[in-house]
Amino acid sequence: MPPTDLTSPADPMPEGAAGDAVDDVPEGATAKSAAKAAAAQAPTRVPCGIKFEKVVKRFGDNVVLDHLDFTVGAGDRVTLIGPSGSGKTTILRLLMTLERPDGGVIRVGDDPLWHMERGGKLVKAGERHLHEMRKRIGMVFQQFNLFPNMNVLRNLTEGPVHVLGLGKDEAVERARGLLDMVGLADKENAHPTQLSGGQQQRVAIARALAMEPTVLLLDEVTSALDPELVVGVQDLLRDIARSTDVTMLCVTHEMGFARDISDRVLMFDQGRIVEEGSPEAIFEEPREERTREFLRAVLAS
Amino acid sequence: MNWDWNYTGRLIPDLLDGLRVTVTATLFGYLIALALGLVWALLRRSPSRVVGQTVRWVTEFVRSTPLLVQLFFIFYVLPAWGVTLGPLTAGIVGLGLHYSTYTAEVYRAGIEDVPRGQWEAATALNLPRRRVWFGVVLPQAVRRVVPTLGNYLIAMFKDTPFLLGITVTELLGKAFDQGAHTLKYLEPITVAGLFFIVVSILSSLALRRLEKRYATD
Repeated sequence: MPPTDLTSPADPMPEGAAGDAVDDVPEGATAKSAAKAAAAQAPTRVPCGIKFEKVVKRFGDNVVLDHLDFTVGAGDRVTLIGPSGSGKTTILRLLMTLERPDGGVIRVGDDPLWHMERGGKLVKAGERHLHEMRKRIGMVFQQFNLFPNMNVLRNLTEGPVHVLGLGKDEAVERARGLLDMVGLADKENAHPTQLSGGQQQRVAIARALAMEPTVLLLDEVTSALDPELVVGVQDLLRDIARSTDVTMLCVTHEMGFARDISDRVLMFDQGRIVEEGSPEAIFEEPREERTREFLRAVLAS
Repeated sequence: MNWDWNYTGRLIPDLLDGLRVTVTATLFGYLIALALGLVWALLRRSPSRVVGQTVRWVTEFVRSTPLLVQLFFIFYVLPAWGVTLGPLTAGIVGLGLHYSTYTAEVYRAGIEDVPRGQWEAATALNLPRRRVWFGVVLPQAVRRVVPTLGNYLIAMFKDTPFLLGITVTELLGKAFDQGAHTLKYLEPITVAGLFFIVVSILSSLALRRLEKRYATD
C-alpha cells in the first residue's frame, strides 16, 4: 500500500465530508475533543475504502450474498438499509472477520482482507494477515459487548495496550480523552453493568475508536436501546462523522439517522443491492418499487 | 456401650494430626484439580481434532474408573515403571488427577456460557489469542462456575479416606488405629466423623460467602 498521509487520502473524499472534516469549526466541547482525538492519530494511518468483488456467503443452503459487488470510498459514510435477512449485517460481519466468505474478494484499502497475494495469485490468508488487516477496522455491536469483567477504563485500554503496543500511561490518556468525548469522563471506574444501555453503547463506541480504525462498522447500534437513549448515541455518531475522516459503514433501521449521517445509502434485498444513491434520492424519490415498499413498511412501524 | 470422655480427650491430639494430613491432601489435590482441569478444558478446544478427542477419551476414562483403582495404580503399579511416590504424594496426585476430570467439565460449561458477543468483541478489538482467553473469556467463565468448583472441593475432602488404601494415615486412619489399639471404636470413629462434618460446614459457609462475592454481575 502506498504511504499516504491524512491530508491526501488515496481515494478523494466526497466534497461534503472533506469540507466538514477540515473547515468546520467544531461546536461544543464534545466535537472539539473528537477533533483532537482524530488529529492525534498516527501519521501511518491511511484512510481506507472498501471493495466487495463477487462476494458469496452461504449459510447452509441459504445464499445470503450472491456475487455481491460494491465499493465504498475512503472517508465515505454509507448506510445499508433493507429488510432483515437481506444480508446487511453479514456484510459487516465479513468485514470484521467474524464470518468467512465462501467466494469472491473483499478489499480494505488496497489489500485483500481474506487473501494474501503470492506470486500474483490470491491465496487464503492466515491468522497473521487477518490480525494486521483487523487493525484497520473497528466495530460497534447492537448488544454493546463490553467486557463485564473489566471497568470502563480497562475496556478502553485493553486493545491499545495489547494490540497496538501503547504504554499504559499513553493508553489511559487516550481512553480518558475518548471518555470525555462521549461524555462519560466520570465513569472510568464504573463497571459496564452499572451503566445504562446508552452509556454502555457510548463506551463501546469509545472502545472502538481507541483502536484508531480507518473503517468503522456500526451494526444496528441503537436497536437495543430504550427510545429515550437513542438520540444521545446518534448525536455522538454524528459528531464523529463530522469531525473525523473515518470510513463509516452503518446498518440501521432508523431512517432519520441514516439520512443525516450518510452520504450514500444502499438498499439491500435478498443479498443484492436494489438501489443506491444519496439519502435525498433514496428517501424522497426512490426509483425501485421494492425500496418504496420497504420505506413504507418502516415508516408505518 | 458407654461414652468414655477421658478416652475421647486423649484421642483428640492424634486425630488432629490426622485431620492435618487430610486437609493437606485435600488442598494440594484441589490445586492440582483446578490447574489440570483447566488444561484439559483448553486442550479439548484445541484446533487439532486428534488432541481434542484424545483428551476427551482420557478424561472420560479417568472419570469412569473408581478413585481407589487409580490410587492403587499410582502407588503400587507405577513403581514397576520407575516412578515411586510416597503415600501422601501419590494420594495428592491421585485425588488431583481424578477430580481434574470433573473440574474440566465445569470449566467447559463455564466457557460455553460466555456469550458469543464477548468472543466477537475480542476479535473486533483484534486481541491476541492469549489475551482473549486470559483477559476476557476465562475470568468470566470461572466467575460463573465458582459455586460448582467449590462443591468439588467438599466432595474431594470427603473422598480423602480412600487414601487409607495406600497407607496414608489421615483422619479416619488415625481413628481406626486408635480403635484397633484399645478395641474401643465408638469414640475415635465418632470424633473423626464429627471432624469431617465441622470442616465441611465451615468450608460450605466460606464458599457461600465467595459465591456471593462473585455473583454480583
